[in-house]
Amino acid sequence: MSAVDVAAVPTTAKRRGAQLVMLAFAVAIVMVAYANVGLGLNDQVPAGMLTYGLGLGVLMLAAYLVLAKFAPWADPLLLPLVTLVNGLGLVMIYRIEQSAPKLASASTQLFWTGLGIVMFSVTLLVLRDHRVLQRLTYTAGFTGMALLILPLVPGLGKEINGARIWVGVGGFSIQPGEFAKLALVVFFAGYLVAKRDVLALAGRRLLFIDLPRARDLGPVLITWILSVGVLVLEKDLGTSLLLFGAFVAMLYIATQRTSWVLIGITLFLSGAFAAGLLFDHVKARFDVWLDPADPALFDKVGGSAQLMEGLFGMGSGGVLGTGLGQGHPDLIPLSFSDFIFTATGEELGLTGLMALLMVYGLIVQRGLRTAVAARDPFSKLLAGGISFILAWQVFIIVGGVTNLIPLTGLVTPFMSQGGSALLANWILIALLVRMSDAARRPPPQAIQDEGLTQVFQR
Amino acid sequence: MNGTLKRASVACLLMFALLMININYVQAVKADGLRNDARNKRSFYARYESERGMITAGGQTLAKSVDVGGKFRFARKYTNGKMYAPVIGFFAPESAQGIEGFENDYLDGSHPDLFVRRTVDLITNKPNRGAAVDLTLVPKAQEVAYRALERSGKRGAVVALDPKTGAILTMVSVPSFDPNTMAAPDKAKAVEVYNKLVDNPNKPLLNRAIETTFAPGSTFKVITSAAYLSEDDSRDVNTTVDAPDVLPLPGTTIGLRNYHGESCGGRATLLDALTISCNTAFANMALEMGYDKLKEQAAKFGIGTGMNIPLRVVPSDIGKDEGKAALVQTSIGQRSNQMTPLQMAMVAAAVGNQGKVMKPYLVNKILSPDGDEIDSARPEELDEAITQDVADELRQMMVSVVENGTGSAAKLPGVTVAGKTGTAETAKGAASHAWFISFAPAEDPKVAVAVFVESGSAGNDATGGAVAAPIAHDVMQAVLEK
Repeated sequence: MSAVDVAAVPTTAKRRGAQLVMLAFAVAIVMVAYANVGLGLNDQVPAGMLTYGLGLGVLMLAAYLVLAKFAPWADPLLLPLVTLVNGLGLVMIYRIEQSAPKLASASTQLFWTGLGIVMFSVTLLVLRDHRVLQRLTYTAGFTGMALLILPLVPGLGKEINGARIWVGVGGFSIQPGEFAKLALVVFFAGYLVAKRDVLALAGRRLLFIDLPRARDLGPVLITWILSVGVLVLEKDLGTSLLLFGAFVAMLYIATQRTSWVLIGITLFLSGAFAAGLLFDHVKARFDVWLDPADPALFDKVGGSAQLMEGLFGMGSGGVLGTGLGQGHPDLIPLSFSDFIFTATGEELGLTGLMALLMVYGLIVQRGLRTAVAARDPFSKLLAGGISFILAWQVFIIVGGVTNLIPLTGLVTPFMSQGGSALLANWILIALLVRMSDAARRPPPQAIQDEGLTQVFQR
Repeated sequence: MNGTLKRASVACLLMFALLMININYVQAVKADGLRNDARNKRSFYARYESERGMITAGGQTLAKSVDVGGKFRFARKYTNGKMYAPVIGFFAPESAQGIEGFENDYLDGSHPDLFVRRTVDLITNKPNRGAAVDLTLVPKAQEVAYRALERSGKRGAVVALDPKTGAILTMVSVPSFDPNTMAAPDKAKAVEVYNKLVDNPNKPLLNRAIETTFAPGSTFKVITSAAYLSEDDSRDVNTTVDAPDVLPLPGTTIGLRNYHGESCGGRATLLDALTISCNTAFANMALEMGYDKLKEQAAKFGIGTGMNIPLRVVPSDIGKDEGKAALVQTSIGQRSNQMTPLQMAMVAAAVGNQGKVMKPYLVNKILSPDGDEIDSARPEELDEAITQDVADELRQMMVSVVENGTGSAAKLPGVTVAGKTGTAETAKGAASHAWFISFAPAEDPKVAVAVFVESGSAGNDATGGAVAAPIAHDVMQAVLEK
């Protein structure tokens, strides 16, 4: 009997305990923020604090338990980070509801948050191996496009605030675009994994750029046409920019060819330029972007007033903010949805916004980390795509409301009031969690069975 | 794909970096501009968000902010608004006037002196509070002056000074307005009220004590006397001058007469000339001295200079040199000789204060929200208008005015009062302005007063002695009994 040499197998720690602590911390921050709103507004702790705080706490505990049971190796940071942003969004909506009760509703948002977490859990429960999604590539593609076009169906689609991106179902309005986004990322990932070699290798070199073959350009063109179509027919500049950007980024990740990015940017810019010439509402956005403080634009209907109100709020908040409950976010139109970032900036200041962007940045970073660690191309591309689309969406909406780029309406992920986006984004995070579980799970270990046979254990 | 994934990560990093740089630019670099943009309604809300400091005087609260909760948390309330409005002004949604405007940075707490306190409040999450402004006004005298003018239904102004410091003890202008009507955070309503006040022919928004000038009439004879006495040391109250019943105005066909055509007996001492307010005597004095001498003496009393008390005081002026006929009229306070009531109070105060003119001021102290003194008034000498000897002689003459002459209505029991009446013709046939300036006790004055009752509002027969002197009497009494 000799001592058996056991090779040290490097394993990833599960870190479930740390996750629970961080989750509790995130919920605690949110509860303190609730108390802050009440104290700022009425000098007393709001009655709803326990309802909202405990409600969020119980929901997160449920999500945690599902995650611990069904994705035990998952990244421990994702859920607490998302919880913090979602909770902060709830607090801001609650705060805006106090000043503008007709527009914002924190209880509805809490209900959607609950449903979002249910969807998160269900996704983890049902989707034990995300690679089945690869088999659904084209199904996802068709579903995504159908969802995108749905608002254009007469009688079904509704135009709200100038964009035809809503579908009325019973008493509810849902934004199918949010789910389309999800389906299309799955489609892009599956499609690109299948076609990446031909997209990467075939083609001629012209000057410094490797030009792809014309027939390989097909999907790019289709996506471009789709984006421009959305932009034109639904007046939804945000979604069109979001989808096209995500597709180009994923194309680049898959093929490793810079030419795709250049072609994509060229196509988008020419599309946007043409749209600017052809459509007044696109041109108006550009004018507002270039000089929002212009009094003539400020006074114009649909001019720069909304953007300026948001900037006024941010300016008034300054570095430290007015404090929760002590600003005037109700002065900013759509402060509970598109402009929730500026409303947060008014009350939590530059400090709060930097922290918030940091949290978003961390979510994205954890997602990309998952992509790098993933073991198969489909997972890499899907995780990378999901992470990029999150970052891209934050960039478009936050850049828009802070006048970095022309304003295009989009929801701020996990913060803006709205059920569709919240559900879709929670499913998105469930996919990331599922993939990080797969990526971080220790690799199957070879078991030496008396030197005769090798059995892999999964 | 790890290579491109890493490059995509860098792209994401860059996007977040851009966002962060941009919000730093908006919230740190451009913040002040955005905060102070006229279109930013938050500044309108902010006016009602901090607890604005009180305005007090003599232990009474004249203006304070009351916490009413809600969006516009602090409401401005004025007690005895009409009585103090010309001084305190008002605090409206988009403007502030009077002390509310001039001391705004103390009242709203934005003054640099309050920086440390503001920072402490910010850290301890207390709402911002402004400093209190304590005025030099004596509430009792203010009330007496206001009621006396208001009761008579006349337009006019009363100013009382502490001759030794320049502290303004009373400043009343009638008719007045109620600043409470413009205090509510309702822009449209405030503008409507304001416009109504502007259109009112009685000009209730005008502070007659400092914002406009009037012909001072015979009260100006104190200045003419001062110039005449100062010109030559040998002159005293017993020096006699020609005082004909009619003095032909040089270069014209008309003659200057005394009030109601009375006679001064052909020749009068300075004492008698002032006591009975003999026009022709002063006309002769002026003709002997010339315009420049008179102008120089007037300037030493502060006439011709604008002041901030901190309210803006329009400069008084004896008018341009327009020849001898004009000089004669100027010497008795007519023609383009125009004075603010405050200026005339300063003249009386200077005579009482041994010739020294003190700079008038309204703010006694600035007190922090916790009651600590941040700043207090330091009396300042503006000029020495006349020598102590001349001041003594003028005092003697002015005492005589009250004891034996036109100002008898200002007599106070047990106190010697020095004064001078004035009845200024405004236009041929039109009613006169009635004036009275005085100080008491004559030997060691505690109060100097100027009372002005505007033309037309007191009937055609208004004289300083009959209309203005009784009001001065009440005000002096109120200050001395304080």
